[in-house]
Amino acid sequence: MKKLLILTSLLFSVHTGIIAQQIPVYDSFEAYRFHLEKNNDTTYVINFWATYCAPCIKEMPVFRKLEKNYADEPLQIILTSLDFKGDVKERVRTFMKRHKIRSRVVVLDDPDSNSWIDKVSANWSGALPATLIYNKHSRQLYEKTFTYPELKNIIESKMRKP
Amino acid sequence: MLTLLFGLMLIPFSMGQGYDIGDEAMNFRLKNVDGSHVSLSDYQDEKGVIVIFTCNHCPYAQAWEERIIQIDRQFDPKGYPVVAIQPNDPELVPQDNFKNMKKRAREKNYSFPYLLDETQDVYRTFGATRTPHVFVLDNQSGDFIVRYIGTIDDNYKDADKVEKRYLASAVNALLNGNKPDPAKTKAVGCSIKDKNK
Repeated sequence: MKKLLILTSLLFSVHTGIIAQQIPVYDSFEAYRFHLEKNNDTTYVINFWATYCAPCIKEMPVFRKLEKNYADEPLQIILTSLDFKGDVKERVRTFMKRHKIRSRVVVLDDPDSNSWIDKVSANWSGALPATLIYNKHSRQLYEKTFTYPELKNIIESKMRKP
Repeated sequence: MLTLLFGLMLIPFSMGQGYDIGDEAMNFRLKNVDGSHVSLSDYQDEKGVIVIFTCNHCPYAQAWEERIIQIDRQFDPKGYPVVAIQPNDPELVPQDNFKNMKKRAREKNYSFPYLLDETQDVYRTFGATRTPHVFVLDNQSGDFIVRYIGTIDDNYKDADKVEKRYLASAVNALLNGNKPDPAKTKAVGCSIKDKNK
């Protein structure tokens, strides 16, 4: 019965796509941290953003394009929302629908940011947007708004170079 | 030749870093919301200055706004007044233009200057990257020395849940003749909006 439930929910989420994506909300950095520490053959693109951050919104099509063009490659994008006003889950969900975002989205809601910014990267001042790109060979934080060619070049060099 | 090459490579880095603890802050002169001009050198008779890069539009700046007003109320009488500087290019963020700055300062009854960094040179010189971004300067015989760089406290979301008041502790340390510890903190904030970035 349990298996059946999982199976139906899986089918359901596949069919409804983005709408059914669960948005985990982490109220502590420690609970969220494993997203930044995976040790496998995948390259991870961790974008820190918020629905009220204009340059972050401007950057969203860049990640959407990356997601589409690298669908068959060992690349995972995790959009980490730092939204903190009102009903965050609803706000983020509405935003994703409107912008047709298919990437994985999580919410990090730990307001003691001084305690965790350096754990993301000592090179991050805390300004949004910021993107951490890592795999088992390298790890770098970019405090900027990417254009697609810029991001693609970095991804290419990270994925090809051992 | 090699030394020259290395020297040239280092220049952009050293210029882009902004102030560190112990650096002397350069004087500036910026337009205030009341129509006057404010310079760092106007504060020669104070023990120091709390420079806060902040703005109208950013939700983090808004979340901390009341606490910035309180900080000025608490520390202006003790010799550390707040000087707020709006570093964003108003062409990119109309909400942060001079007219809206005036409106905001009036509505919230700011007890401190709210200055526009028109050329954006001041925020670059300081090395501010986000709003809000705090620099506490200590007046040492007319030289303003950077003693604290960072955030206001440990909770942008909820003032009632603050446990560590980093900025107040830093200024209290200076008032007691001590060095702030920590002298540097970080917080999530809005990037400073600049066409050249």
